[in-house]
Amino acid sequence: MSCSQTFQDYALRSIGLGERQLPKTAIGLCDQFVLIGSGLLWNIYFAALAVFFGFFLALALALARNSPNAWLRKPAEWFVFVFRGSPLFIQFFFAYELFVILPRVGIDIPLGFMTITITTSWLTKAWLGALIVLFLNTSAYTAEIFHGALRSVPRGDIEAAMAFGMDGYSRFRRIVFPTMLRLAWPSYTNEAIFLFHATTLVFFSGFPAWRQEGDALYYASYFAEKTFNPFVPYPIVALYFIASTIGIITVFGLVNRQLNRHLEPAMRQRFVFRPQLIR
Amino acid sequence: MQMCIDPKALEGLAWFICYLTNPKHQQFYLSFITVLLLVGITAPIVLVLGFAGALARRSRFWPLSLVGHAYTSMVRGIPDIVFFLFVPVALDQLVEFTRHKVLCPEVTEPVYRGNDFVVCDIAKMPLNSSPQWLHETWGFALAIIAFAIVFGAFAANTIDGALRAVPRSQLETARAFGMSNSQTFFRIHLPQMWIYALPGLSNLWVILIKATPLLFLLGISDIVYWARELGGMKTEIFDYPHPDWRLWYFLALLIFYLFMTWISETAFAALTRRVSRGQATAAGADALEGAR
Repeated sequence: MSCSQTFQDYALRSIGLGERQLPKTAIGLCDQFVLIGSGLLWNIYFAALAVFFGFFLALALALARNSPNAWLRKPAEWFVFVFRGSPLFIQFFFAYELFVILPRVGIDIPLGFMTITITTSWLTKAWLGALIVLFLNTSAYTAEIFHGALRSVPRGDIEAAMAFGMDGYSRFRRIVFPTMLRLAWPSYTNEAIFLFHATTLVFFSGFPAWRQEGDALYYASYFAEKTFNPFVPYPIVALYFIASTIGIITVFGLVNRQLNRHLEPAMRQRFVFRPQLIR
Repeated sequence: MQMCIDPKALEGLAWFICYLTNPKHQQFYLSFITVLLLVGITAPIVLVLGFAGALARRSRFWPLSLVGHAYTSMVRGIPDIVFFLFVPVALDQLVEFTRHKVLCPEVTEPVYRGNDFVVCDIAKMPLNSSPQWLHETWGFALAIIAFAIVFGAFAANTIDGALRAVPRSQLETARAFGMSNSQTFFRIHLPQMWIYALPGLSNLWVILIKATPLLFLLGISDIVYWARELGGMKTEIFDYPHPDWRLWYFLALLIFYLFMTWISETAFAALTRRVSRGQATAAGADALEGAR
């Protein structure tokens, strides 16, 4: 079978398009590259959505943690401690069991022209259940970063804004928020990379890969099992992840440049790659 | 226990006491010790590997420095879980391959036959005839090596950074006092390094604890394995029938890990206060104030 044929059959296998049977015999290098690359779509999906939604929750949590009101501060502190203090792996298992025992109900949402039924059974599927766990998890980690940055916003800047007669909201929107984001961005880049790496845990925890539609590591371990040779599939995963990591650094680097564009080069926030392990 | 002989006749609290002390649960509790043992054995090895990596990287002898650089940058950009899946299998195959070459040179067929990895019987590690505990210990040892290699690389990064962070003037002063290279290192450089290394190392320690559920992926019967095993639904044929309780078992694990994190954070905060005493840092000055 030619490599282009393999590409047609398996490039979108991870989202259920193309050949149903996974390659079983005569597994070549091309099969491994294509199928593992197809699995990478899941990693990108989980990481992109979790980071996007996580940004807003993290912002809210960071502000709550900075609040003088204990009713706001304490719950935020607890949330961050629970999600940062326990392994993501266990969180996945726990969440899956929790979602499984939820009563099976459907909620109808009338949209006028059509009705969407939201069923709780979707929560036991990886695409929603695992996404929720990752979203909450990255929110906690990001909140910690934003909280630190919020506390490092120079006092003088805020006082200057007060002297200009800005009210609380416009002070936040024009001074505190942009400065916080600029200060937090290098660490936030590391967090995005870290989360991207953590998406490999999804199909190794409670969430089952429905119809063998899994992520990059899921297919890599499939190949390692079928060929008894871990020396090909795992380095392929590593290669894909290094490439994706460079991609994340590039995209976040562009934003970082935008955030720092008003500053002299010597005062700009620099990104330092600080790889982290295990969440 | 005497009262647990007939579990079907038990009710209420007695049932729970007997259920939670049955032999399966005792193995579950032992697996918590396995986790602590893994962390306890790995941590010193990680520290040694970290020092070796950092010193190799700083070495003026370039092949050694190259090895140090390769080792410390190895873990960057690649998900740790890939290492944990890869290192034990690779190591296992390497050992069996070497034993095969040494122990049975008369076998001429290749070891890699298409999709199979075949070594002669006496090259198996451990031997097929070995008792079960030896198989388990071997798996455990491979897991420790995988953990030590990955975490060692991270520790090397941290220690290298800490060694650089010690103010140059301190080392130059030591020189001016006529100290030799090793005297400078052991009396000035090393003791002052800790305060810079401690935040990174404490972080690494918490991460090491949080990495222990990955033992499950390596096929070791650890706490995750037992939580799934014991929590699953038990029908009437079992001594202690119960519905699916996995949620509660995972809740227990979650609390265990949160507790470990909390203890570690408290302990490291105390340790930081201890090592910053007398250091030329802001925290050091605070510690002096406190002592007075």
